[in-house]
Amino acid sequence: MKKISHRINENNIIIIATLFLIVLLYGYGSLSFTGFLSMQVFLNLFIDNAYLIIIATGMAFVIITGGIDLSVASFVAFVSIITASLLEHGLHAYLVILLTLLLGIIFGAGQGYLIFRFQLHPWIVTLAGMFLARGLCYLISTESVEITDNTFMFLSDYKLYVMGENYISIGVVLSIIFVAAAIYLSKYTSFGRYVYAVGGNVSSARLMGLPVGKTTIMVYTLSGFSSALGGFVFTVYMQSGYALHLMGMEMDAIAACVIGGILLTGGAGYLIGPVLGVLSMGMIQTIIMFQGTLSSWWTKIVVGFLLFLFILLQRLIVIRRGKKRMHSIADLHTDSASTKQHASIS
Amino acid sequence: MNSDSLLVAKGISKGFPGVKALSNVDFSLRKGEIHSLMGENGAGKSTLIKVLTGILKKDQGQIYLENSLISPASAEEAKRLGISTVYQEVNLCENLSVAENIYIGREPKKNGRIDWKEMYRKAEVLLKEKLNIEIDVKRTLSSYSTAIQQMTAIAKAVDTSSGVLILDEPTSSLDKSEVQKLFEVMKNLKSRGMGIIFVSHFLDQVFEISDRITVLRNGQLIGEYQTSLLTRNELVSKMIGKEWIEPLLSQKKHAANISKKNFLMVKGLEKKGSMNPVHLSIKKGEVLGLAGLLGSGRTETAKLLFGIDASDNGTLVIENEKIHSMNPKLAIEKGLGFCPEDRKTEGIVGELTIRENMMLALQSKRGIFNYIPLKEQKKIAEKYIKLLNIKTPDMEEKIENLSGGNQQKVILSRWLATNPSLLIMDEPTRGVDIGSKLEIRKLILDLAAEGVSILFISAELEEVAACCDRVIVLRDRYQIGQLEGEKISVKNILELISEGAGVVESVHD
Amino acid sequence: MSQFMIRYTQSKLFWPFAALVLLLLINFFTIPGFFHITIKNGHLFGSLIDIMNRVIPLLVIAIGMTLVIAKEGIDISVGSILAITAAAAASLLEVAPLPYAILFALVIGLICGLWNGILIAYLKIQPMIATLILMTVGRGIAQLITGGQILTINNKAYEYIGKGFLLGFPFAIYIGLAVFCIVLIVKKKTALGLFLESIGSNKTSSHFAGIRPEKMILIVYIISGICSAIAGILVSSNVSSADANNAGLWIELDAILAVVIGGTSMRGGRFYLGGTLIGALFIQTLSTTIYSIGIRPEMTMVVKAIVVIAVCLMQSGEFRKLIRQSSFKKKVNEA
Repeated sequence: MKKISHRINENNIIIIATLFLIVLLYGYGSLSFTGFLSMQVFLNLFIDNAYLIIIATGMAFVIITGGIDLSVASFVAFVSIITASLLEHGLHAYLVILLTLLLGIIFGAGQGYLIFRFQLHPWIVTLAGMFLARGLCYLISTESVEITDNTFMFLSDYKLYVMGENYISIGVVLSIIFVAAAIYLSKYTSFGRYVYAVGGNVSSARLMGLPVGKTTIMVYTLSGFSSALGGFVFTVYMQSGYALHLMGMEMDAIAACVIGGILLTGGAGYLIGPVLGVLSMGMIQTIIMFQGTLSSWWTKIVVGFLLFLFILLQRLIVIRRGKKRMHSIADLHTDSASTKQHASIS
Repeated sequence: MNSDSLLVAKGISKGFPGVKALSNVDFSLRKGEIHSLMGENGAGKSTLIKVLTGILKKDQGQIYLENSLISPASAEEAKRLGISTVYQEVNLCENLSVAENIYIGREPKKNGRIDWKEMYRKAEVLLKEKLNIEIDVKRTLSSYSTAIQQMTAIAKAVDTSSGVLILDEPTSSLDKSEVQKLFEVMKNLKSRGMGIIFVSHFLDQVFEISDRITVLRNGQLIGEYQTSLLTRNELVSKMIGKEWIEPLLSQKKHAANISKKNFLMVKGLEKKGSMNPVHLSIKKGEVLGLAGLLGSGRTETAKLLFGIDASDNGTLVIENEKIHSMNPKLAIEKGLGFCPEDRKTEGIVGELTIRENMMLALQSKRGIFNYIPLKEQKKIAEKYIKLLNIKTPDMEEKIENLSGGNQQKVILSRWLATNPSLLIMDEPTRGVDIGSKLEIRKLILDLAAEGVSILFISAELEEVAACCDRVIVLRDRYQIGQLEGEKISVKNILELISEGAGVVESVHD
Repeated sequence: MSQFMIRYTQSKLFWPFAALVLLLLINFFTIPGFFHITIKNGHLFGSLIDIMNRVIPLLVIAIGMTLVIAKEGIDISVGSILAITAAAAASLLEVAPLPYAILFALVIGLICGLWNGILIAYLKIQPMIATLILMTVGRGIAQLITGGQILTINNKAYEYIGKGFLLGFPFAIYIGLAVFCIVLIVKKKTALGLFLESIGSNKTSSHFAGIRPEKMILIVYIISGICSAIAGILVSSNVSSADANNAGLWIELDAILAVVIGGTSMRGGRFYLGGTLIGALFIQTLSTTIYSIGIRPEMTMVVKAIVVIAVCLMQSGEFRKLIRQSSFKKKVNEA
């Protein structure tokens, strides 16, 4: 067995910190509130946040390439309302789902194309995408639209029982499949590795002959798809379409990535991270709910504070890396033995 | 054509707007040889390499690889043909593992998924067999020293290349033992029949490792030489060449004006990894030259003095006051000025006008709230445009639109406007037309006559010899000697540069 | 003639100004009485006055944003700072006199700006990320101050700031003009403008010329914070309440848009306060136009999205190259 200290390195320190945070929060909740320890409370974390897990995971790919996607929350609202209104018009449920997923892919690919082809800033392009999606929502309907379609009702009410009385929803199943696929994609496919290479050093990636343009467009397409899928899960969860759904959720997704150890500067992070980020944020929300006297805005403040801490932690890692590099160059001229802790030139 | 010739270039020409970067250059690389490409800045080394690797399109000439005509249109294509290049700046992704850097884009796969085990195994074997290095290939590249990163780049290049390996200044950030290690690798590859093109500024290394040397100067082929038949002195004079005789030589130095008092004194100033301890002093009204080849530490010394790079050791005294931690703002307050070598990225602020560019240093000396009124700004700008004969229709023209020489004059004006006591000029005449060159040299002498101290850095030794009262010679980032008064001549400087090796070892090791 | 045209069309202010004029012309022909101004009780009323009045909070924030963007930065926390300062002013008004409330709000804005500045200048966190923190936390803090409710303001003097009239014009216009003029004077009479443009254009050269970027970063984010506070006072006094959730929602996006339309590049460097003024007016006119023409107000967002992309494409070198190539091809084909 390898030493633990060897296992902890700057690549996984944030994940470990996040895990520690989740355990801490869960422990605190369990000790402070009766009923917190129940299995269903834990599973509800997944049920309530399944859509966010999907979206944050999709966003993670974009962030790893060094980009950002601000359009996700608006697009979820768009999916919810277009689903509701198409169902109202009598379109078949599965056709509607297929259509929205397709729309997500086209929308994301379009954003990716603009960003890569014209070298536009991803913040600006996806900001425009955010406006566009939200605006289209209002065009379809400014009112909340109830969903009464049988298929959707069925999907919504479906309970998959695990461990006796406890259950999870279809959305949770989808989110787990999505995360598993994302992890596989990131680790075992060329595309996944190109994502890291592009985020690590674009010009190097280009010089190594990697398809930088295709990768960039692909990650935004993936993010568009994940927003559509997340939108579907969310629509099933809410049973309604509304233009004002999930205002500002894009920041939650970004925060989940940051807390989950996806470096905002790109090039680093594990795809399991966003899930952990979402879970710790959900845990905070649950604790505040159980606490009862604290208002919901405390969630925002605590999450913001966590965001600050994790950004600081990310920054420290980057600084430390820079220092180490400086040392290794400096040491070359004085004591070359000490720098080669990891490397032994025989 | 020789049967063992691997890569042959014939009559290569390449021009850029206004410059002939290469004219009718021949070059040949044999199997199993290490061939150095030498030349000062602007000689055309990097242009030649870029043409060979398909990054630049040649205007004229042919390239043969193993006797068949090739014409690579991109780095990709050159790589496919078997020509791999490793640049000074490691073009890899630090966030990926060593193995992945070697195999990304052609990862070994099993059932459609990346086979990590196989990748690690292959990487280990490659590094062990070809380069004789054993490291943990699973670790990220960022956790290794520059030397290992360089080795990784070489391993990648060797693995994809069939015969030609180009190493473009691979040794500039390596220490002695690492350079030796690299040389072993190179010899090993050479014995396997590989042809290696080696570019380096370090004379010792070139003499140690290469079989043949090709020298370029100003885009022209000077010659191809057997290393064993060439002396250092010969090589250096071939690289630097005999420039046209100075019309300026008539303009004598005003040594008489030099004050006895030191303006600035430096003891053992150093920055590990970039410059070894420097000792120097500059008197008021003195023109002190820093001479040495490219990469000898000229610019590094200047940047230490001006506080752009922080020193880790040594003392800096300006007018009897000890400066603890220098920075550009403080340097300006203390009366220093600095015309950087890289005019485009370190000198001009492209979007701003000539007038604004001239005001920057003076304004930062006076502080943000002590704004120089527009009227005064215009007066200053007008004065220097006239004084330095800057050719422009208008002082509100963007500096970007000026020629190199005129841009340089604007940067000089920026510093002259601050009324400096010491002006550091790093290659002020490079990339400047001859007329401007003469004007700038004259200005240096005039300034010195007015009592301004000058630290003058130039690759053109005639220029150094003509302008300076005293010359400090640098080599391979060590200060190796000094020439004064009558002893200053191109010949003496050259001798110091090429034969100072012994001095370095005995004084500083 | 063509020389003259080129000179003017190349001016950074030409296109935004032309777009604004075009928009006003459309209004002139499609909306009867758009340019009509009436006097009631000695106060001027009309669509134009309305636009000028409504644009002020956006303008003030966009002015701060212009400086931030000139230095190659961005501040996405302005909306949250607006909400915090609005809440702070409103809650202090309940216990303290007016000047204290205003001063308090301004100081809070300053502190928020300082916080952003420190993160960016000294901890070297990317501006987008650094201001993201305050953007997220800000609304929570604002709610903490208001106690989760919408605070109503019952202070006639305070309400005058956002609703009152002076010499026939809405009082807010004077504040907007004052901020604009002060920043313009600071730009012209101190080296702030020169240094910002210098750093935004070439950081290394500026550093070598002795300009310290850290100080400049602090200054611009503090100015942006104070501008957001002024906007917070204006917004809360105009609606006589402080709404932690919705006050200044998405104003950061409009502000960035106004700056970019005004000709200041996201890559930093030269900045145009006049351009920002035109940009802000354009956005407000657009909203008002859409409203008056009878298109559903919801369209505003779609139109804005299209305008953003169009403006950015115009600024993109790649896009220009594409256009030039295609027009070149056309010429070749014609010949």
